[in-house]
Amino acid sequence: MTKIGLEIHSQLTELQSKLFCSCKANYREFQPNENICPICMGLPGSLPQLNQKAVEKATMIAMALNCSTPEKITFFRKNYFYPDLPKNFQITQLNIYGETSVGGPGILMVGDKKIRITRIQLEEDPGRIIYEGSSEKNQITLVDYNRAGTPLVEIVTEPDFENPKEVREFLNILSDLLANLGVSDPSLEGAMRADANVSIEDGNKVEIKNIGSFHDLEKAVHFEITRQQSLHARNIPIIQETRHWDDKRKITVSSRSKEEDLDYRYFLESDIPWVRIGNQIKDKLKSEMPETISSKKERYVSKYNIPAQVADVLSSDKFYSDLFEKSHTTENAKEVANIITTDLMGLVDTREKRESSKLTALHLKEIADSIQSGKITRNSAKNVLYEILKTGKAVSTVISDLDLDNVFSESELLKIIESVISEETQAVEQAKTNPQTINYLVGKVMQKTKGKADPTYTLDLLKKKIN
Amino acid sequence: MNLKISALQFTREVKTGNISVEDFIGKTMEHIEKVDGNLHAFLSLNDNAVNQARDIDKKIKSGDKIGQCFGMPISIKDNICIKDTKTTCASKMLENYIAPYDATVITKLKQQDAIFVGKVNLDEFAMGLSTEFSAYGPSKNPWNTDYVPGGSSGGSAVSVSAFECVASLGSDTGGSVRNPASFCSTVGYKPTYGLISRYGLISYANSIEQIGPLTRTVEDAAFMLNLIAGLDSNDNTTINNNNADYLKDIDSGIEGKKIGIIKEMIGEGINPTVLSATKNAISKLEELGAICEEVSLDMVKYSVAAYYAITTTEAGSNLARYDNLRYGYDFSVEGYAFNAYIEKARKKLGPEVTRRMILGGFVPSSGYAGKYFLKALKVKSKLTRQIDEAFKKFDLLISPTVPILPFKIGEKINDPASLFLIDINTVTANLTGKPAISIPYAISNGLPIGIQLIANSMNDKLLLQAARALEKTVKLPEVPI
Ligand SMILES: [Zn+2]
Repeated sequence: MTKIGLEIHSQLTELQSKLFCSCKANYREFQPNENICPICMGLPGSLPQLNQKAVEKATMIAMALNCSTPEKITFFRKNYFYPDLPKNFQITQLNIYGETSVGGPGILMVGDKKIRITRIQLEEDPGRIIYEGSSEKNQITLVDYNRAGTPLVEIVTEPDFENPKEVREFLNILSDLLANLGVSDPSLEGAMRADANVSIEDGNKVEIKNIGSFHDLEKAVHFEITRQQSLHARNIPIIQETRHWDDKRKITVSSRSKEEDLDYRYFLESDIPWVRIGNQIKDKLKSEMPETISSKKERYVSKYNIPAQVADVLSSDKFYSDLFEKSHTTENAKEVANIITTDLMGLVDTREKRESSKLTALHLKEIADSIQSGKITRNSAKNVLYEILKTGKAVSTVISDLDLDNVFSESELLKIIESVISEETQAVEQAKTNPQTINYLVGKVMQKTKGKADPTYTLDLLKKKIN
Repeated sequence: MNLKISALQFTREVKTGNISVEDFIGKTMEHIEKVDGNLHAFLSLNDNAVNQARDIDKKIKSGDKIGQCFGMPISIKDNICIKDTKTTCASKMLENYIAPYDATVITKLKQQDAIFVGKVNLDEFAMGLSTEFSAYGPSKNPWNTDYVPGGSSGGSAVSVSAFECVASLGSDTGGSVRNPASFCSTVGYKPTYGLISRYGLISYANSIEQIGPLTRTVEDAAFMLNLIAGLDSNDNTTINNNNADYLKDIDSGIEGKKIGIIKEMIGEGINPTVLSATKNAISKLEELGAICEEVSLDMVKYSVAAYYAITTTEAGSNLARYDNLRYGYDFSVEGYAFNAYIEKARKKLGPEVTRRMILGGFVPSSGYAGKYFLKALKVKSKLTRQIDEAFKKFDLLISPTVPILPFKIGEKINDPASLFLIDINTVTANLTGKPAISIPYAISNGLPIGIQLIANSMNDKLLLQAARALEKTVKLPEVPI
């Protein structure tokens, strides 16, 4: 049997500052080594100042993953030398002397499958190392400390996954959950990283490190299972080791450095006193926690009669569900959900497009209302959206600019249909036996109405006329 | 110009216009020029001190608001950061390191118009108790320059004792303020852990160390504490002291107070002269109305061992950052693999630091942590329980600060284990977080002896009152410089 366990590192990207200083948690906008201070550079004499918000957000994650949350938490030093680590130790959490990290054992359901969470810990991210140079000989190592000290949550699971598909499903649910909590934006580059451990047939466990994205994680796990299976088939023993994911060649490679042998000399970080997280704080956090994805979905279905599949897509994406919450009314909810899932998601499918979009909740509400009042057709909505995303103009302006608001009355539409029927006699004949042809006729009507006719309605009328 | 006045006297003299700050600072700098070639208290001097003094005189003359220090000359141990000033920790590793920010204590003293005359010597990274482990050479005891001044804040004690400043800030990890204070006959005070911000103090063993003042009088120590104590958002371990005034009621006396004489600190290994001075101090306290009684803290036996297990562990981690990558000395990385580079770069650390770093790699390592580090933590918590128990019965505890007299320079440097045992009376206050003070008490054959008082956590005020009472009974000869 295949067993896979994960260690997921998620940056708390939605925080303002780093874990122990007031430098920006969002280091991505800076030139190298400009988002630093004596504390995150570990300069002599500096001390960590714990960001209480980070503790709260991490506790929130623990609660959302149904983890136990201890009364008091503390931090430990993990001692090792690496150029990206300004103090040559990392401030992290540990549970070997009792449960003192932000989260203890918990559970996340993936469909019907229970995935056990081992623990959740809050720690600081190291800096970034960039290797330059054409070959190993003239390689230059550059270090950028802008990221050093960024708040990071490590989520460790039990080896409960049996195949890469379960891993992928878990990661999708987890990243939606973290985004929905408002703690992390998983679409940011480097915001989510993971290590995995894989074993087959109760054999030795192999750690895979250095996996930079969830997409690669699935691939790495898949590669590692195949590698182990092929060794197993040939009776070659699988050794317990750490392997690195080679991003370029898309394979796992045995790491020469004996990382498993490192002695981290963990001990208490006494510069940060124990932090009490009493019931009062926990209650407060619970009350601040946003509605869960599943509860949102249920509400969309039961309250607005939105189809389950649409509600599922809408609720699991924070960006779109936020937009939905801000733009819908009881009357137009179904229409807004429709516009988002059928049109908007296709038009705004990348992070960049989300950021450059000029669409507001008000726009969306007005588009839905315009459809419902019959001012524009369902079909025109996409054109309106496309224009607003680019320009941010008011809905009414766009409708009149594009001349979309003179929807044809039934009698006007019938006249046009009749003229099409008389012009396209051959097609009309074919349509009687071949249903495909009727779409051609709908298209002709749309052409004549400049897309302002409702296609479903046009189809109905055409069918009636022809038969 | 009398440079021998206390800090409080200085502020009074300036306030009343009897002396000008420029005069006093000018004379102080001249005096340093004259005596420090021999004493070697200072590692660097403030070239701008006289100009700063002139500015303060101007402020006074024009009636501007003036800080409580009135331009008082203070020396700062060279492991405390002053912005744009070299902060070397008496190490070659940080030979050219210029601190880019002020320690919290420095910020506070600047706001009170203190003048920092210079940075003073210490054992490298504060590891030692004789100042002989300074990479820039030892400081000398002003009472007899053949002798060590104690350490690690040796430069602080020498500068105060030899009138090169009126007060100094040192740091105390296992006695590093009290030990040199005792050896040089100054007051040396380690407050309750958390009372003074450590932000900007370069860490050696961060879980137990504190910045502390070295002064001529107990009142001066209380005055300094008033200026630098209290909550600091830059140091999460600081305690709110509600802006306590430690000078107020300092002359309350100690009548009716119960004082425990720590049995384990006056027994085996104590110098007879030190013992008789201690007994003398106890009888003086009794004359003042205190009730003195022996008390046993048997965990003290293990305190030095525990102290070294904890401090080397923390030092191994705290000093790991000195890899010479981000700051340090001139040494090209080109062609080195990372580990080889660090190994080479760290060769700049001196022998005592290297010794403790090696221990720091071993003591908490897997397989040995249980035997050494975790056991040391157990001693620490048991000792704390014992001393807390003692404070249910006693208001204060008493012992000699150091069980021996100052020793000669070079006498013990090749026998580190014998040096370690000298810490026996001072480490308890660090391991338990309690406030402790050393008061100059006697001079024997021209060498000083100090008495230590320890109080319960946050009883710093009571401690200073008792120290003041004892100090008033003492009349000592002047330092022969
Ligand atoms: Zn910073």
